[in-house]
Amino acid sequence: MTHNLIHLLPEIFLLTAACIILLIDVFSKDLDRNLTYRLSQLALLATAVICMVQFPDVQYHLYDRHFILDPMAGIIKISVILLAMLALLFARPYILPRRILRGEYYLLHLFAVLGMMVMVSGGSLLTLYLGLELLSLSLYALVAMQRHAYQSAEAAVKYFVMGAIASGFLLYGMSLVYGVTQAIHLTDIAAYIADNEASLTLRFGLVFIVVAIAFKFGAVPFQMWVPDVYDGAPTSTTAFLSSAPKVAAFGLAVRIFGYGFIGTLIDWQGLLIILACLSMLVGNIVALAQDNIKRLLAYSAIAHIGYFLLGLLTGTAEGFAASFFYILAYAIMSLGGFGCLIYLGKGIEDVKNIEQLKGLGRKNPWGGLLISVLFLSMAGLPPFVGFWAKLEVFLAVLNSGFVWLAIFAAIMSIIGLFYYLKVVKVIFFDDPEKEQKIVAARGLRLGLGLTSLSVVALGLFPAKLLELCEQAFQYL
Amino acid sequence: MSLTHYLVVSALLFSISVVGIIINRKNVITLLMCIELMLLAVNTNFIAFSRYLNDEVGQVFVFFILTVAAAEAAIGLAILVVLFRTNKKIDVAELKELKG
Repeated sequence: MTHNLIHLLPEIFLLTAACIILLIDVFSKDLDRNLTYRLSQLALLATAVICMVQFPDVQYHLYDRHFILDPMAGIIKISVILLAMLALLFARPYILPRRILRGEYYLLHLFAVLGMMVMVSGGSLLTLYLGLELLSLSLYALVAMQRHAYQSAEAAVKYFVMGAIASGFLLYGMSLVYGVTQAIHLTDIAAYIADNEASLTLRFGLVFIVVAIAFKFGAVPFQMWVPDVYDGAPTSTTAFLSSAPKVAAFGLAVRIFGYGFIGTLIDWQGLLIILACLSMLVGNIVALAQDNIKRLLAYSAIAHIGYFLLGLLTGTAEGFAASFFYILAYAIMSLGGFGCLIYLGKGIEDVKNIEQLKGLGRKNPWGGLLISVLFLSMAGLPPFVGFWAKLEVFLAVLNSGFVWLAIFAAIMSIIGLFYYLKVVKVIFFDDPEKEQKIVAARGLRLGLGLTSLSVVALGLFPAKLLELCEQAFQYL
Repeated sequence: MSLTHYLVVSALLFSISVVGIIINRKNVITLLMCIELMLLAVNTNFIAFSRYLNDEVGQVFVFFILTVAAAEAAIGLAILVVLFRTNKKIDVAELKELKG
């Protein structure tokens, strides 16, 4: 039995490239690892190009159905790679003045991207699990990369323990599902559920899987690691952690809920409604009380996951498309937000408190404008992309008949407006305490320009991306 | 012994590991042990089902879990070493600088 490996080319290429770069890095004498950085970016770019060239028009179930190649996988892969490239662009100037191992940092990004690519293409529980673990293990190490800072180590321990619990829950759920259905392929599980009444054991397994996915997303009540990890990790890692893996985790959720368990929609829908409501409530309210800007962004991330789940819980292609649009928009905004924090940091000192942003609009109008655009977009104000993202998920929820849920979400986003506007107010209307000059690397300025430009451009012309999102879910 | 016996054992192991992670306030190494125990509970489950259903897929799955568990333990211990170097302590109760 022979397999045509051409469909696996992006993954094979990235893996080979990562191994070769690892070898080159070992023999490199350059402390700053310029070569490793350039090669990593080049490898990611080449992988994105390969993904684009062999973009699938139909859904393929390959390699004994363990691997699914469809428009959804293609789009998620390309967006994840682009987000990772931007994150590397931000990471470069951040880690250069600090005592962080350079070569390993870039390589871990490559392996994390590989894990995400495997995960979004997973056609069986096994591939999904392996992709998820490759991603998670790389992320644990990335969080711990600032080895001489205690906060980074503490954040890494917390993230590792929580992530491992999540993996354990996921596996336990998977084992129960396997026991009931005698299948690990998503298509077989879907077929079993279509033919048989879902037994109590199967539902039990499903609950475990939902809990694990909620852990990975950081939805309330499984959110306790999010603020600590966002705060303690190096800012460049936080920027990566809050963007690309979320998009990939969305792919995992759609594979499991949309492809595997669509027959038991009623069961997981109720759980997701609870998660979404609690996330919006807790995220928005606790964020109001934050002084630390990284923690503020972490709680806003929890709230955003709540809105994002609104689209997912409808279980329709329209809802998934809305959720996908939301998570993409959020990933860009969050990457930009943490990128701004890197941009505003002076020397090796990070921006910690909102107070430190005082009067930024006067000293540095462009920087102030940039951060304000991103925050207003996160708040969901037009004409930025965050507005369309919220509108789409609200519409999806309304079309599924959950009017109260849409009203609740709208009230929560009004509460959320307060803390975003608080930051904008500090930037533009408070007096600066002392003069300071911001010097930023060219790559960082380029990355920030690209993210804020895409936030504005996608806000003004969202139709193309929306169409792409809808196209991704035609094979549900 | 029937399938139920094995499932009960695995459920017990799983609960012990979850409770261990929640109530343990002393040492991070205990957390790592609990995580390993959790994965072993899952393995027991898979093997019991595999034997009961006469289907090898479950056993293959277990091999993958074992490999990943080894990698996970390696990363966990590495993080532990980093923690010890910066803090000189590995008590769970000491992990409280990040809060709010």
